[in-house]
Amino acid sequence: MTSQIEHYKYDIVVIGAGGAGLRAAVEAREAGLSVAIVCKSLFGKAHTVMAEGGAAASMGNVNEKDNWMVHFRDTMRGGKFLNHYRMAELHAKEAPDRIWELETWGALFDRTQEGKISQRNFGGHEYPRLAHVGDRTGLELIRTMQQRIVALQQKDGRDTGDAEKMIKVFAEVTITEILKENGKVAGAYGYRRENGQEILFEAPAVVIATGGVGKTFKITSNSWEGTGDGHALALKAGANLVDMEFLQFHPTGMVWPLSVKGILVTESVRGEGGILTNSLGERFMFKYIPDVFKDKYADNEAEADRWYVDQDNNRRPPELLPRDEVARAINSEVKAGRGTEHGGVFLDVSKRLSAEVIKKRLPSMWHQFYELAGVDITKEAMEVGPTCHYVMGGVEVEPDTAAAVGVDGLFAAGEVAGGMHGSNRLGGNSLTDLLVFGRRAGKGAAEYVKSHGANPVTDETLATAAEKIAAPFISAGGENAYTLHTDLQEVTHNLVGIIRTGDELSEAITKIAELRKRSADISVTGDRIFNPGFHLVFDLDNMLLVAESTAKSALAREESRGGHTRDDFPGMNSTWRQVNHISSFDGEKVNIKTQPLPVLPKELFDLFDVHELEKYMTPQEIAKGGSN
Amino acid sequence: MARTLKLRIWRGNDKDGGLQDVTVEANNGEVVLDIIHRVQATQMGDLAVRWNCKAGKCGSCSMEINGKPRLACMTQVSAYGEDEVITITPLRAFPVIKDLVTDLSFNYKKAMEVRAYEHPADLAPGEARMQQIDVERSQEFRKCIECFLCQDTCHVIRDHEENKKSFAGPRFFIRLAELDMHPLDTLRNRKQSAQEEHGLGMCNITKCCTEVCPEHIRITDNAIIPMKERVVDVKYDPLRWLGSVIRKREGIL
Repeated sequence: MTSQIEHYKYDIVVIGAGGAGLRAAVEAREAGLSVAIVCKSLFGKAHTVMAEGGAAASMGNVNEKDNWMVHFRDTMRGGKFLNHYRMAELHAKEAPDRIWELETWGALFDRTQEGKISQRNFGGHEYPRLAHVGDRTGLELIRTMQQRIVALQQKDGRDTGDAEKMIKVFAEVTITEILKENGKVAGAYGYRRENGQEILFEAPAVVIATGGVGKTFKITSNSWEGTGDGHALALKAGANLVDMEFLQFHPTGMVWPLSVKGILVTESVRGEGGILTNSLGERFMFKYIPDVFKDKYADNEAEADRWYVDQDNNRRPPELLPRDEVARAINSEVKAGRGTEHGGVFLDVSKRLSAEVIKKRLPSMWHQFYELAGVDITKEAMEVGPTCHYVMGGVEVEPDTAAAVGVDGLFAAGEVAGGMHGSNRLGGNSLTDLLVFGRRAGKGAAEYVKSHGANPVTDETLATAAEKIAAPFISAGGENAYTLHTDLQEVTHNLVGIIRTGDELSEAITKIAELRKRSADISVTGDRIFNPGFHLVFDLDNMLLVAESTAKSALAREESRGGHTRDDFPGMNSTWRQVNHISSFDGEKVNIKTQPLPVLPKELFDLFDVHELEKYMTPQEIAKGGSN
Repeated sequence: MARTLKLRIWRGNDKDGGLQDVTVEANNGEVVLDIIHRVQATQMGDLAVRWNCKAGKCGSCSMEINGKPRLACMTQVSAYGEDEVITITPLRAFPVIKDLVTDLSFNYKKAMEVRAYEHPADLAPGEARMQQIDVERSQEFRKCIECFLCQDTCHVIRDHEENKKSFAGPRFFIRLAELDMHPLDTLRNRKQSAQEEHGLGMCNITKCCTEVCPEHIRITDNAIIPMKERVVDVKYDPLRWLGSVIRKREGIL
């Protein structure tokens, strides 16, 4: 078999070609290193394309009071203070530069009257902060990054005669394993989806930028690619996952027709003035403002409406609370029998904006509802409900370098990395997260390679990796990967979903273990030529591991916070805020341990009103006033 | 409110293949991609199809449905009559890999041939000032989701393999137009290169590309025709030709 393997040598392999992966690749190339970009889809199709609302950066173009400190505070509040402070700090400080840089690569954001980049309101952000292009900001970001890669390749072509000498994109390749030698990363192994051809990348550094895990769940806004590949690859390589219990259920996914259930309805609809009502016509969000946010959100319609014209003298409408709050509120309304015919609530922007403005500011939403649901959002309300959207948990990394803790040569950035968003991500923080930490991962990996040099892969390591790819064709166990995937989605949806209990989580853990056992008997029909049944085998293995990690972390955390709600432990608990859950894999099962959350240093502690911190921290923490 | 649907799906590879009849259940509100997935999960585990977002945003599930280039995720089953057989075939302009999956490398090669955006050297990050009205022209073309349906339907290459070498196709004409109309791009010869390097002249404006564009980009009217007109202006107007020679400008306006 070895003689038929395609074999490449690079300085750095980037797994994933979304915003984080491409930004890492650009940085590594600019540091003079050679980079392979490996992705499961075609180039330019990554899930980043689905991001709609915008990229949060405190440029202060619309409200000059904005700055990195305000953004940092908003991010920490949104995450209920479980964020890794250093990641939130770096993100808030560097986001504006990352946006402006895109403009130098050809991006065309919407403009203010003065000709600057326009910024829009979003849930949890104190000022208008999201750079945007209508409601297709993710497309602009991915295309700009894709074209930046092409620009670098064209330059290499002019300089060396070979455009792919320093950066090559390997599209439609699945990575099945991160290879290690001498305890350090040595490369990655996988196969071409087109024909099953096995492929070896020798490289001393690997950047994981594989995005999320949504396909583990039944109702999700994620594409098929969101199968937690990077989370699982990292676990198997000996890295840790942090706080996998925190999943963001975006409050507004489509609920009807059935086939589009889960597809995202951008938060910009609410940012532009959309209101949520139940089947009785009540604007119900006023009932769901939690104590910690009472001073920032309007408790009556008149004030909420005034905010759209005068933000300095009015509190924000509660539709713009952080996503976890809105998702839980919608869930409660539907459970109480005040839902719509299809089990959602109404979201209406038609009464606030003219048809022309809606089509201009929310063009893809108009299109999506008109084409897929036959609903004209300029005239009627949309029906919406929560959908699994984003995983806050992920690979435990060193904030400054994006290096994975515990594995030399491994880096992670973007959704697959944990820590930045704490227990709940604010809308718009994802796109700038990709850019800020994608760049840092590329830089971190480049510095690592320069100081460590090559780490060749041995034949034994290679043979073990190759065996795993052949296995599903040899097995005669008779299990069907599609059926197992559906079964897993039922388990996660019913037992590890938006509202959880200890008993259900225990049951989920047992059921996931049974599914894992059955997955050993998967048989594949057909051959290796573009065979989706074969591809799903590897995706499923990753999803099972991620689901186990999430269920176990969720069982361990006996409180409700952000994207983790326990019916048996309602409410936040300041003691639990001091703890991260670390998942590791022993080859058989996922193990969870607790680890102290890094303590906010004094200079960041002092950015907050101490009375606000008292809502989240223990009296001892408040008395200490930060770490130094 | 399920209905039973009759499909004919093309199955095969680069060497041979043919249509296979399939009967499958469909629910109210489903799109063709849902049906393909059901066939995949229940009857043809190895049926090859590309897709990603299932929301018309990524442009992966391009195929031909009853002979029309379409996104399977945006094609409602209810658009077809109760007894109508839905025929699903791969994009015709590109070589088949397997079933509904084609080799799209032609498009990535052409993308590589369009010279990238060049930012003004003296304009630092954050200093750009542009009016909304000036960015909107290029923004229309940047809505492109690269589904390549326009490339598939374009008769210059659809049945003329020999034209592929010298013809970039509508997707890349809008890329060139986007750069041409970009308020900041410093390369000034976009129209000329569209004509001389990318085969703009071979397009005879039948607007087929515009008709299939799922993003409703007015490819012909807003990108191709303006570029053609400006090319004609400069190439065949003796005074402007003389001007361009005398001033030794890199390109034409």
